[in-house]
Amino acid sequence: MSQSYDRGLVEDFGRWREFSAGMWAWVFHKFTGWVLVGYLFTHIAVLSTAISAAGQTQAIAAENDVYTTVIVALESLLVVRILEVGLLAVAVFHILNGCRLLLVDLGVGLESQDKSFYASLILTGAIVVASVPTFLAGVF
Amino acid sequence: MAERYSSFEKGGRRWLWQRITAAFLVVVLAFHFFLLHFVNHADEVSFLASSARMTDLTYYSLMVLFLITATFHGVNGVYNALENQGLSGTKKRVVKYTLIAASVVLVVQGIRTANAWAGLPTF
Repeated sequence: MSQSYDRGLVEDFGRWREFSAGMWAWVFHKFTGWVLVGYLFTHIAVLSTAISAAGQTQAIAAENDVYTTVIVALESLLVVRILEVGLLAVAVFHILNGCRLLLVDLGVGLESQDKSFYASLILTGAIVVASVPTFLAGVF
Repeated sequence: MAERYSSFEKGGRRWLWQRITAAFLVVVLAFHFFLLHFVNHADEVSFLASSARMTDLTYYSLMVLFLITATFHGVNGVYNALENQGLSGTKKRVVKYTLIAASVVLVVQGIRTANAWAGLPTF
């Protein structure tokens, strides 16, 4: 039979020192979710320059149309590349913790949900560190 | 019995749809990142290269579906998070219709962008 624990509200962030692993997973999932949905709107806004570029046949062939110019200019900035590494970290954690949530919802590995949270964090760190050279390629 | 603690409305379908879109997004978001950062590189982006991918009907369909599911998952997540924080009444209705309007704008603008690469009308 399942047991009931009174851990208090996770929304009461002032008591963060008392948070359990599952509560941190909840906080991180919300935070990364907000970042990703914010990025989605920004991403489409930037990519929309392709609409203006669509008719510029000669500029497209010469690769100096507005879309190519904007993206190349953004990608030449170190700060943008660093932000992209941050985005990768956020996305990878959200994906891995999302897989963990799907398993929790299916009742798989409930007794190890804290360990799977730590595994999500460690794997996110490893993937992000391993991806840094690729994400910074060509910026220097 | 354990007390109920969830970010979602009891008996609602939004929970199920959030999970169904999540299962799809886990795979497609990973593919998207891998293709556009590891196979193709950030400093090699051009309209021609984006166009070459988007003229493939399978890729175009996948990206449009990706856009729609990501928008639903993101906006539904925001709505549920706000509901979870105690949003109710008129404010909740205002937030709901604002988020629906923002989603429609995002999806339409995303499809226009995909069409620009695919050589289709951008209406």
